[in-house]
Amino acid sequence: MTDIPEQGMAPKIAQKSRLRVFLDSDIYYTFKRSPVAVVSTIVVLILVLSAVFAPLIAPTNPFNPASLNLMNGFTPPMEPNAFTGDTFFLGTDDQGRDVFSTILYGMRVSLFVGVAAVLFAMVLGITLGLISGYVGGWTETIIMRTADVQLTFPSILVAMLIFGIAKGFTPVEYRDQMAIWVLIIAIGLSDWVQFARVVRGATLVEKRKEYVEAARLIGRTPYAIMLRHILPNVLSPVLVIATISLALAIIAEATLSFLGVGAPPTQPSLGTLIRIGQGFLFSGEWWILLFPAVTLLTLALSVNLLGDWLRDALNPRLR
Amino acid sequence: MLAYIIRRMGQSALVLLIVGLVAFSMFRFVGDPIDNMLGQERTAEDIERLREQLGLDQPFAVQYFRFLEGAVQGNFGVSYRQGRPVSEILLERAPATLELAAVSGILAIVFGIALGVFTAIRRNGFTANFIMSASLIGVSLPTFLIGILLIYIFSVELGWLPSFGRGETVDIGGWSTGFLTESGLKALILPAITLGLYQMTLIMRLVRSEMLEVLRQDYIRFARARGLKDRAINFRHALKNTMVPVITVIGLQLGAIIAFAIITETVFQWPGVGLLFINAIQFVDIPVMAAYLMLISVMFVGINLIVDILYFFIDPRLRVDRAGGH
Repeated sequence: MTDIPEQGMAPKIAQKSRLRVFLDSDIYYTFKRSPVAVVSTIVVLILVLSAVFAPLIAPTNPFNPASLNLMNGFTPPMEPNAFTGDTFFLGTDDQGRDVFSTILYGMRVSLFVGVAAVLFAMVLGITLGLISGYVGGWTETIIMRTADVQLTFPSILVAMLIFGIAKGFTPVEYRDQMAIWVLIIAIGLSDWVQFARVVRGATLVEKRKEYVEAARLIGRTPYAIMLRHILPNVLSPVLVIATISLALAIIAEATLSFLGVGAPPTQPSLGTLIRIGQGFLFSGEWWILLFPAVTLLTLALSVNLLGDWLRDALNPRLR
Repeated sequence: MLAYIIRRMGQSALVLLIVGLVAFSMFRFVGDPIDNMLGQERTAEDIERLREQLGLDQPFAVQYFRFLEGAVQGNFGVSYRQGRPVSEILLERAPATLELAAVSGILAIVFGIALGVFTAIRRNGFTANFIMSASLIGVSLPTFLIGILLIYIFSVELGWLPSFGRGETVDIGGWSTGFLTESGLKALILPAITLGLYQMTLIMRLVRSEMLEVLRQDYIRFARARGLKDRAINFRHALKNTMVPVITVIGLQLGAIIAFAIITETVFQWPGVGLLFINAIQFVDIPVMAAYLMLISVMFVGINLIVDILYFFIDPRLRVDRAGGH
């Protein structure tokens, strides 16, 4: 509560000091001191930015048939094509698509599905966790029992089943268009349990604290108490789980797409590209498979390392 | 105690009923079953007759009950894609998956425990550290990439092992086994390693951390003071006491192996149940999907129930808070 007369100045000062606060914080200090964290952050940033700006960076648009030349097919990386003389940084696939460009666009799909699925799982998990922790009783029993049951099944299997069921329910003519969204829902639904369990546990602890009691006494609604008072205090473990979940979601998406039950060939993700590349493993066109696979691994590994670091940094007890 | 077991069984039955409801809804509401079964040439009487035959004119609850009745008897209907009874297809495919799962399970258990004990005893040794770091990479590599990598090394580059299929199989009383032919055994190696690797690292890391925990205990120090041989301490005293959590995890991982077989079977085109399921999703073959869903749920729920009940017998400490509390 800063009721200072010169209100015009206040926002500017607050903003500046917030950056200062961040730079002076323990988190930033441990971040600077951890080479793994710095490197993986830089790698993640580069990958995310190149995915976001794919249309600007990619030399060609691989999904525009007009820009493709079948004569360019199977060009090895950094070598001029025998017929056209064109050179491609990472080579081309069977249809003459530039592998570098398909990877950039594929990473877009992978990251979009991964981030959207984790956000979906996070919102669902936080909501159900808060409700079951705060309300208790039958609601809690039903939600947490469901979570227990779901936890006994591997999440990739749950995602596959949900994908299959949802695919069955969508009309045939929309299946390819809807595939990405179905994928997001399937991976998201397979992953909410972690969030719900952690949030419920933290809520049970916070619920007994005095500030919640105070909020209840001054007549705030349960809805407001959950969202405005308890939620901010249970967010830090959620952040850790979200980062690790992102790595898992990216791999889950790649696995499903690789199996042919994910992103359609019209919107290939990294997994779809690896599926396509596997077909050329025996004929010697290794670059069609290798580069998407390496990109996927780099992406998943750096997000994972970042998550590990975040867990250690936010939970000094675990160190 | 009996009350606890009965309650757990009740819960399991409830879960299976709900899964059955999901499977049944897929049957009933995805597309039109009549459309799927009758071809282009059909009359209104045909449709009416089939509707009565399938019981589609009955109330929902009656239909659901009939579906469950069929499922319990192993009758899951006819595959839309292959036009044969689903149970027949499943029985035909089951040996491939079970053999693959058994071999990779054994690989995972044997090597997992051996490496776990080794890395725990030689905690600071170079080899142990190397194995631990390698296992980290193993955990973060997606299964399908491990499979592709193995195919690349052993099939494409070295040409030692086949990259797909089961090789020759021998039929023994309806069970087609790949164990008895050379090509069958060769074909089994790569898929089994791919499938077992993740479980192996999991078991190894668990055994290692449990061993380290146990080796710190007083009774181990006492055994050392008594002058017992290292081997006796490590294997007779320490390893035995790490087994309770390890057995639990192994039990739970059995189900996971069958589930992850879906991925391995697709990479290696292994003609098992998992590949069948993936193809069923691709072609929206609802009866096969529903049957697989039911089967795998029965398996998972069953394994969990058994592990929970075993827990109860193995570890007396759990009896008090599990049965009494809540």
